[in-house]
Amino acid sequence: MTGVAVTLRGLTKRFGNAAALDDLHLAIAAGEFVALLGPSGSGKTTLLRVLAGLEFAETGTIEIGGRSMHDVPARKRRIGFVFQHYALFRHMTVARNVAFGLEVMPRRDRPQPAAIRARAQELLEFMEIGGLADRYPDQISGGQRQRVALARALAIEPTLLLLDEPFGALDAKVRKNLRIWLRGLHDRMGLTSLFVTHDQAEALEMADRVAVLRAGRIEQVDTPDRLYAEPANAFVHEFLGESIRFDGAVSDGAVRFPLLPGVMLPTRCAAGPAVALLRPHEIGLRPGGGPAVVESVHAFGPLCRVRLRLADRVIEVLLPEGTSPPAPGAACGLDLSAARIYPESPRAGS
Amino acid sequence: MTSVPMPSALTPPRLQRAVLILLAVTLMGVLLLLPLVVVFSEALSQGFETVVEALETEDARAAIELTLLVAAITVPLNTVCGMAAAWCLARFQFPGRTLLATLVELPFSVSPVISGLVWVLLFGANGWFGPWLDAHGVRIIFALPGLVLATTFVTFPFVARALIPLMRAQGPAEEEAALTLGANAAQVFWHVTLPNIRWALMYGVLLCNARAMGEFGAVAVVSGHIRGQTLTMPLYVEALFNDYDWVGAFTVAALLSLLALVTLGLRVLLERHMDHGRGAA
Repeated sequence: MTGVAVTLRGLTKRFGNAAALDDLHLAIAAGEFVALLGPSGSGKTTLLRVLAGLEFAETGTIEIGGRSMHDVPARKRRIGFVFQHYALFRHMTVARNVAFGLEVMPRRDRPQPAAIRARAQELLEFMEIGGLADRYPDQISGGQRQRVALARALAIEPTLLLLDEPFGALDAKVRKNLRIWLRGLHDRMGLTSLFVTHDQAEALEMADRVAVLRAGRIEQVDTPDRLYAEPANAFVHEFLGESIRFDGAVSDGAVRFPLLPGVMLPTRCAAGPAVALLRPHEIGLRPGGGPAVVESVHAFGPLCRVRLRLADRVIEVLLPEGTSPPAPGAACGLDLSAARIYPESPRAGS
Repeated sequence: MTSVPMPSALTPPRLQRAVLILLAVTLMGVLLLLPLVVVFSEALSQGFETVVEALETEDARAAIELTLLVAAITVPLNTVCGMAAAWCLARFQFPGRTLLATLVELPFSVSPVISGLVWVLLFGANGWFGPWLDAHGVRIIFALPGLVLATTFVTFPFVARALIPLMRAQGPAEEEAALTLGANAAQVFWHVTLPNIRWALMYGVLLCNARAMGEFGAVAVVSGHIRGQTLTMPLYVEALFNDYDWVGAFTVAALLSLLALVTLGLRVLLERHMDHGRGAA
């Protein structure tokens, strides 16, 4: 099995008035492991279902392995799909679940029954659940069901594997192990995989690249480190990791903040409302008077977390190792020079 | 309000409990068990041979055969249509869906007499299509087609109603999974949809069959009461009863009751299976 490249151009789909996909473009290289990350309702699952042919986009094109998927029905796409709740056939044993994709092949392509059984068992061994062949789905655990679902999807030798919240129904411990295992599986089989998640840790840990979705659009596609270090816009910055926000306004090439008189940051943003976003460790403290009052200090190991009150809000700052923490009650100024400044987009906060 | 301590908030005091249980048992005995006992004892009052004789008359035989024939046509028809309706209603959103859902239930909310009467109004001698049918020599009312139509209408909801909640609860995911694995529509139906609903389907078919054989009101209107020709078993019971042929009436009634008992037994078995199926993942 070798993975194939996937190219999506201008996909649009509406449910009533709401756009599930809104002129979505995405290119995935062969062998890549890409995560679709976004809040619920951002169109992640819809995108996966459109790719699999279970739903149809109103406009746009899908190419898988250089071939247009227009007019190719779901059953002929040979895409491995792992459903959110696995959708195992409840009345079939684990072995028959895995064998299903081979048993429904047209007669001329279908392997002999013995070969099908052997192949199913081989896949189950590969998934390390060879002993479960004769059980029914309701007799095995959630993690085991997920492996069965994967084995079943892989039985048809797909070139593209789609996973809808593959760890959503599992408890935290099982989840962690399966993440590593699934990533290893992807690498060994040389598949192209696309998986949906709303858990950013999962996306950032596992994927080669992460596509951040909002309201049916892709806000940014990048490697996890670049996504975190260089968010393309305020939404991505706030969606990934901790983010502290200061609302301000740009005029004469600099942004000023109502909450922080005297602070002025140069920017190339156009005049108008803007936001400055920082990670907790990017904010510096200037002792000796200022608008922020230290509420409490939690020094713990190498980290020092300082809670500050600024007007009517509380912000938490992480001080770098070696700095001496301020005393509670002290007033200090804020150093925002590391801030990223984004224009306040009309869609932000929606 | 009360200061009397109770074992549980929902457990009534002992005396009250005994009275309630006694009341329930008595009611069940009088309303359900007693009629059943009467039917069988009246049928057997003149000995077993009279029972056999009553069933061996030509009219009795014709009634039994007609009943079986009507059920043999109606039940498969309603099974197929009921499955199709359930599939549409449980799997798709479309304009008019609520209307279709209501229509499926309609036969249950309409008096069976009316269910029979509509066919007379449509196909009877003075009905909308009556004269045309008459001119072409097609007989629907007071004949087998009328009985089948009336019975089909009355028993339509059973299969659909047994399937819709189950198919909704199961959702389309397994069928979609089968599609992505390369199955065609027929394979999805035979290997995934049908096995998942088989117990509920049998349950619906069973109830449909029981009603098809036992229906009185709707078929009474379209039957025309021609002995040996258009009398189904329930109608035949009435005809015998009106002739003061007590043993005959109760004999056929006992046969119908036996059918009901078998239905009841099978139903209990199926319900057990269905509970198991629903508990599965």
